[in-house]
Amino acid sequence: MQVSSVTNFGRSGLSDWLIQRVSAVILLLYIVCHSAIILNTPEMTYALWRDLFAGTTMRIFSLLTLLALCAHAWIGMWTVATDYLTTRMMGSKATLVRLVFLIGCLAVLAVYFIWGVIILWSV
Amino acid sequence: MANIRTMTFDGVIVGGGGSGLRAALELSQSGYKTAVISKVFPTRSHTVSAQGGITCAIASTEPDDDWRWHMYDTVKGSDYIGDQDAIEYMCSEGPQAVFELEHMGLPFSRNEDGRIYQRPFGGQSREYGKGGQAARTCAAADRTGHALLHTLYQANLKNNTVFFNEWYAVDLVKNQQGHVVGLIAICIEDGEVVFIKSKATVLATGGAGRIYASTTNALINTGDGIGMAMRAGVPQQDMEMWQFHPTGIYGAGTLITEGSRGEGGYLVNKDGERFMERYAPNAKDLAGRDVVARSMVLEILEGRGVGPEADHVLLKLDHLGEKVLNDKLPGILELSRTFAHVDPVKEPIPVVPTCHYMMGGIPTNIHGQALGQNADGSDRVIGGLYACGEAACVSVHGANRLGGNSLLDLVVFGRASGIYIEKMLSSGVEQQEASDSDLELGLSRLDKLNQSSSGEKVADLRKELQVIMQNHFGVFRKGDFMREGIKKLQAMRERIENPHLQDKSNAFNTARIEALELQNLFEVAEATAIAAEGREESRGAHARDDFTERDDENWLCHSMYYPETKTLGKRKVNFAPKTVPTFEPMIRTY
Amino acid sequence: MLVSVYRYNPETDLKPSMQDYQVEIPGGKDLMVLDVLALVKEQDDSVTYRRSCREGVCGSDGMNINGVNGLACITPLSEVVKNDKLVLRPLPGLPVIRDLVVDMSIFYKQYERIEPYLQNDDPVPAIERLQSPEDRAKLDGLYECILCACCSTNCPSFWWNPEKFVGPAGLLQAYRFLADSRDTHTDERLANLEDPFSVFRCRGIMNCVAVCPKGLNPTKAIGHIREMLMERGA
Ligand SMILES: Cc1cc2nc3c(=O)[nH]c(=O)nc-3n(C[C@H](O)[C@H](O)[C@H](O)COP(=O)(O)OP(=O)(O)OC[C@H]3O[C@@H](n4cnc5c(N)ncnc54)[C@H](O)[C@@H]3O)c2cc1C
Ligand code: SF4
Ligand code: SF4
Ligand code: FES
Repeated sequence: MQVSSVTNFGRSGLSDWLIQRVSAVILLLYIVCHSAIILNTPEMTYALWRDLFAGTTMRIFSLLTLLALCAHAWIGMWTVATDYLTTRMMGSKATLVRLVFLIGCLAVLAVYFIWGVIILWSV
Repeated sequence: MANIRTMTFDGVIVGGGGSGLRAALELSQSGYKTAVISKVFPTRSHTVSAQGGITCAIASTEPDDDWRWHMYDTVKGSDYIGDQDAIEYMCSEGPQAVFELEHMGLPFSRNEDGRIYQRPFGGQSREYGKGGQAARTCAAADRTGHALLHTLYQANLKNNTVFFNEWYAVDLVKNQQGHVVGLIAICIEDGEVVFIKSKATVLATGGAGRIYASTTNALINTGDGIGMAMRAGVPQQDMEMWQFHPTGIYGAGTLITEGSRGEGGYLVNKDGERFMERYAPNAKDLAGRDVVARSMVLEILEGRGVGPEADHVLLKLDHLGEKVLNDKLPGILELSRTFAHVDPVKEPIPVVPTCHYMMGGIPTNIHGQALGQNADGSDRVIGGLYACGEAACVSVHGANRLGGNSLLDLVVFGRASGIYIEKMLSSGVEQQEASDSDLELGLSRLDKLNQSSSGEKVADLRKELQVIMQNHFGVFRKGDFMREGIKKLQAMRERIENPHLQDKSNAFNTARIEALELQNLFEVAEATAIAAEGREESRGAHARDDFTERDDENWLCHSMYYPETKTLGKRKVNFAPKTVPTFEPMIRTY
Repeated sequence: MLVSVYRYNPETDLKPSMQDYQVEIPGGKDLMVLDVLALVKEQDDSVTYRRSCREGVCGSDGMNINGVNGLACITPLSEVVKNDKLVLRPLPGLPVIRDLVVDMSIFYKQYERIEPYLQNDDPVPAIERLQSPEDRAKLDGLYECILCACCSTNCPSFWWNPEKFVGPAGLLQAYRFLADSRDTHTDERLANLEDPFSVFRCRGIMNCVAVCPKGLNPTKAIGHIREMLMERGA
């Protein structure tokens, strides 16, 4: 018996699970890198900050992190939705509520992502 | 049909224990419409409690083992009233049945060479008793019954057997021609009563150890199949033969497997003496169970018991070391810690002989067909009715069962019943019919309970019954004392037939079930009492103070209890195996 | 001692309630919870619960005892009773049939879903299939499960998604067959588990391990299944 669901956008539990782990690692790395940079920079000026983000490596790293953040959040929100927003918990209206909630999440994440890309490429 | 629903099957099996599931598997594999009715979810059946293992000459740990040696031990163990054709069948078919279990996935413990691990059990020998102790009991640690029952349930799931779990069989339906055509059952969850019609009805309802106050048996072991059969007029065989297991935990009744003595444990009295060396110089702690249990009681009676009341003895295991105990007897460690508050790694376990197994039951042939008797004493097959497992008396255990032989009995004769019914069905037998009045037996019993407005409490009556049985029909028995017990029982019948059921609800009414169970317990108890008083000798588990010797002249036979007249008769033991010479009765020493 | 029992009879009650019983504990004895229930039933035969083996091997009497899931028959009063009060409720998260008896259909369905039987397409040998003691040892801690449901009914993921998340008991058995050297259907078994619910709803919080009366560790088994899925994916 295969379990599927209308809102099951994940390809498989395994890839979802892997993405969660990998994205978490990326987020962690990003935070660690930035903390290290800030701690090792005696005086952080706007110019320094700009230069830092102008480098290609940093741009790619940031983009990757942004992607990781969105993926992580999406899988997380999807999981939460399929745990709590279910027919079991709230009756027959659940499917609609869940769909609306998830589309909302998707929209917010899309906005964040595009916004983030614009910021990154504007520096 | 009255005003209840009728369901029709090719075969219906009452009981989801090892024997019932094995029979069901055989039938559902062959494509016949098969139903299993069980009053508990199948894996909660009593088979799950079996610990030590399943005895069978698969020649693994004992590479040159021979099923004939196993047969010899079993015949001797039965004190010569086991039917030799049946024992031959069980011991020779056994290996095939055990290998099938392994193929189904049973997680047996293993030897280094990858074969099934076998341990020594009581009463096992090589070369017809001349070659010393054998190791013939196939084991899955000390959880063999659990492993076996779950494996069989799983195999039935695979084969789509239909299960009626938490349904209770109330009574058989027998028509005017004396043919069993099905049964009355009640769905415990919603109280619906139905007539289940079938060409073959198999009673695989297990034992009835709850007739005694102290027993290793589960609370559900109330002899329902025996009660049902007796109410339908089916005689019962060897009902006096009850095995008292030497090592029930003192005070709790929980079993410590004989496998713990097989692994090297032994019994000691208050002086720390290994007393079995005196009673059975050769086999010592691995003598027949009846012998060990009696020796223990004698030790206690002679004042060498342990504890403030000097009423039990000790089982020593600590010398085996923690590793062996963890590997081979993990369940025993758990049970001892929980129920005896003792850690066997450090201290001995307090034990006492405890009611364990019903050797008697519904007489059957090796195909599981239930047997009555003709006027001349010859066997008469009862149409439509089968039995297997502990409820049946084939008889492979005679007057005393050897450890590990019950699980083998379950799978060999569960399978044999299935095979025979399959053959019978494919030869095109007709479904026999029943009239409304044939259903009355079961329905009226239910009605009476539902109408009850006065009467005694089931729990009180049950306790009273158990105490009578414990006191008057225990390890040692005496004529006048038993006759007194029988009188007490007779005085109870009226009360037991009319208990007060306060709870009349239809939703999962366990009070109703317990009342019905009590009535079955009573039938079993009375049959036991009358058979025990009637057999005027000592043989196997039946030990009498007033007839201390075995009497082959008069009693080398089965006893037959006729429920309609409440009298005792006899039936011949089979001494004619097909492929080996007869094992003639000899003096039984270990 | 005060014993407070969850009561609900669908025939007569609109909603469940707690009923108190005063039970005399015979002097000096440390009874099991199941013994106490028997004493309650002697007072009131309508109190309903399941039981069979009374020694912790059949899995009938899983219930919530003073807030913790366990088997009544092997839980001594001394272990759970504080302030002389015992509160008995049915296992949480499953529909109640009556009093302490819950409807376990969904639990069994998840068990059946993992195909809990050995599958091996090779021809059967004349004797048993061989298995080394080391391979057999891999089944220890798995095959002992008694299907009491104490774990699954203590698992939030199973409460939220009982139809889709197999739950700790079912997954323990799934791994029992994945780990068996005699089973040849590893790939099919794994394929049936790789969706986002069956295994991956486990959050690893070990609520299951905390209550298993047989001391088994479903979380660990789930971890092994995840590893096998990963290897298969790679
Ligand atoms: C503690 C213990 C340890 C043991 N260890 C061993 C061992 O190591 N080796 C060995 O060979 N033997 C052992 N035995 C003996 C052996 O376990 C039993 O004899 C055997 O399991 C009986 O199996 P069964 O199939 O006949 O019945 P059970 O397993 O008792 O099953 C009876 C079935 O019938 C059903 N049933 C009963 N009445 C009704 C009814 N009215 N309506 C519907 N269903 C009903 C029950 O629900 C159950 O499913 C042991 C016994 C005990 C007590
Ligand atoms: S570890 Fe997994 S299976 Fe166990 S309780 Fe937590 S979520 Fe449930
Ligand atoms: S894993 Fe433990 S708690 Fe869960 S069903 Fe099995 S025995 Fe019960
Ligand atoms: S009654 Fe069997 S586990 Fe408690």
